[in-house]
Amino acid sequence: MSQQDSNPLDPSALLEPLPGHSSLGRLERILRRGEFAVTAELNPPDSANPHDVYERAAIFDGWVDGINAVDASGANAHMSSVGICALLTRMGYAPILQISCRDKNRIAIQGDVLGASAMGVQNILCLTGDGVQAGDQPGAKPVFDLDSMSLLETIRIMRDNSKFLSGRKLTSPPTVFLGAAINPFAPPHDFRPHRLAKKIAAGAQFVQSQYCYDIPMLRNYMQQVRDMGLDKECFIMCGVGPLASARTAKWMRTNVPGVHIPDDIIKRLEGAEDQKAEGKKLCIDIINEVKEIEGISGIHVMAYRQEEFVAEIVHDSGVLKGRRPWRRESNPVDEMVAARMEEILEEPKQLPHEMAGAAGEPEVSD
Amino acid sequence: MADQPTKPTQASLNKKAVQNTAYKPSGVSATGRNARRFAVRLWAVRHSRGLEWFYARFADLFLRLHPVWKAIGYDRAERPVKFIEKHVKGFLFDCRMCGQCVLSSTGMSCPMNCPKQLRNGPCGGVRANGNCEVEPDMPCVWVQAWNGSQQMVENQAILTVQKPVDQSLRETSAWLRVTATAAADRTAAAAPGAPQ
Repeated sequence: MSQQDSNPLDPSALLEPLPGHSSLGRLERILRRGEFAVTAELNPPDSANPHDVYERAAIFDGWVDGINAVDASGANAHMSSVGICALLTRMGYAPILQISCRDKNRIAIQGDVLGASAMGVQNILCLTGDGVQAGDQPGAKPVFDLDSMSLLETIRIMRDNSKFLSGRKLTSPPTVFLGAAINPFAPPHDFRPHRLAKKIAAGAQFVQSQYCYDIPMLRNYMQQVRDMGLDKECFIMCGVGPLASARTAKWMRTNVPGVHIPDDIIKRLEGAEDQKAEGKKLCIDIINEVKEIEGISGIHVMAYRQEEFVAEIVHDSGVLKGRRPWRRESNPVDEMVAARMEEILEEPKQLPHEMAGAAGEPEVSD
Repeated sequence: MADQPTKPTQASLNKKAVQNTAYKPSGVSATGRNARRFAVRLWAVRHSRGLEWFYARFADLFLRLHPVWKAIGYDRAERPVKFIEKHVKGFLFDCRMCGQCVLSSTGMSCPMNCPKQLRNGPCGGVRANGNCEVEPDMPCVWVQAWNGSQQMVENQAILTVQKPVDQSLRETSAWLRVTATAAADRTAAAAPGAPQ
C-alpha cells in the first residue's frame, strides 16, 4: 500500500511540502533525490469522453514519473491540456501541463495557471508552440502574446511573488515545478546553451529536449552546458522516441519543425527486416547512451501512436534501476465500501412495510 | 453619498501607473493609431450605393480580363495588383488587407477597422453617440456599416453570417481571388459534371 511519493492519507492527494521544493508533486521529489526520472507524452484524444484519457494514461501506469499533457501539439486542435491534467490529477497521476503561447494571450494563460494549479497540477512546461500553419487549421490567428521565456517569468512571478504580471496580488499562489523545452539539435548551435541559461534565469527548473537521434551532437551540447555549470542549476531530461519506420523518419524530418534525424539512423531502419522492432531497439540504444552522459537527469519518451511500447522501452533500457514509479492502486477504503455494497445487495431485503404487513395479517390457520 | 469621492477603477489605476515621460502615445489601440482621419472612410460609407454600382462593373471587368490574368499567371499578377488594391482601398476604406473583402456586405465600411475585428455586427459596447468603445474618438464601424448598407441595392447582404477570417490569406489580393473563384464557377456551370 505505502508507495514511495504518495500521500499516506489519500493516495491521489498532493504531497507534504518539503524544504527546497517549489511544488508538492512527485516529479520534483524524484529529480531532487537524484533519481533518473522518466516522463512520457500522452496522445490527446479528439473526444469529450474522460475514459479516453484514463485509458491512454493507464498504459503508462507504473512506468513513468510524469505524463505530459500536450497543448494542441503541431497546431492541431485536441482536448485541452488543462482538461487532460484535471482528469489525470483526479486519478492521482502527476501530469505535466504544457502551455503554448500560440493560442492564448497573457490573460488566458495566467487564468489557466491558477485553474490548473487549483486542480492539483504541480508541473508546468512552458513552450512557445508551433506556428498555426503547421496544423490542420492554418487560417487561425496566431497569438504569441508571450514567448516561452516571458511565460516562464510570468509563472515564476505568480509563484514566488504571489502576483499577477500586472502586480495585482494573488491570495494563494500556484505551487508549481517549472519546465521548459530545449532543442540542442537545431542551429545556431553555439547559442543553444546560452538560451538554456536564459531559460534558467527566467525560472526553468527542469527542461525536456526535442527528440534526440544524434548522440554526438547531444554530447557536444552537454559539454558546453557542463562547462557553463547549467546542469547543476536545472534538471535536463532528454527526449527520445521510437521511429515506426524509415518512411516515418523521413516524413518527420521534413515535416515536423525542429526534428533532426541523421542519415545513418534512416539507413539503419531501412536495412532492418522489421522496421518497427528496429525503431524500438534504436530507441533503447539511444536511451542507453544518453543515460550515461553526465548532466542528464532523466528521459522524456515521446512515442506518438506507439504508446504501448513505452513500458517495454523503459523496462528494457533499465533506466529505472529497479525503482517502481508510483502506480494507481485502488483505495482500500473504497474497496471495502464496494465489497460491503455487494453484500448488502445480496442479503434478502427487509422492507419495513412488508414486515409490518405480515405481522398485521390475521393468522387464518389457527 | 454624492459628496463622497468615487472609487478608482482599474482603468484609471492603470492610467496612473503608466510611466510619465515626455512621450505620450496617441489613441488606445494599434487599430486607432493606424487609422488616418475618418473623413474619407465616412465619405465612402455615405456614397455606398455609388461605390456598389462601381464595384459591380469593376468586378465584371476583372472577370472579363480572366484570360489576361491567366496568360500573365495569377501568381505573377498578384504583386502589382495587390499594390494597387492596397493603396486604393487603403485610401478609400482604411483597408487592412485581410485578403477576403466583405465591403459589399458591410455597407462599404471595412470591419477590420473595428479594434475587435468583428465581422458580423456591432458589439454591445458602442457608445451612445455611436462611437467606438475602445477608441472613443472613432465612429463605430458597424454603426457606419448599417447606415451604408441601408442605401445599397443589396441591403440584405449585411444579414449573412460571415465565416471566421482565414488569417493565412492576409496581405493577398481579394480582387484576384474573387475573379479566379468566379471564373472557376463559370467554367463549372458551362461544363456540368466536369472535374474542377
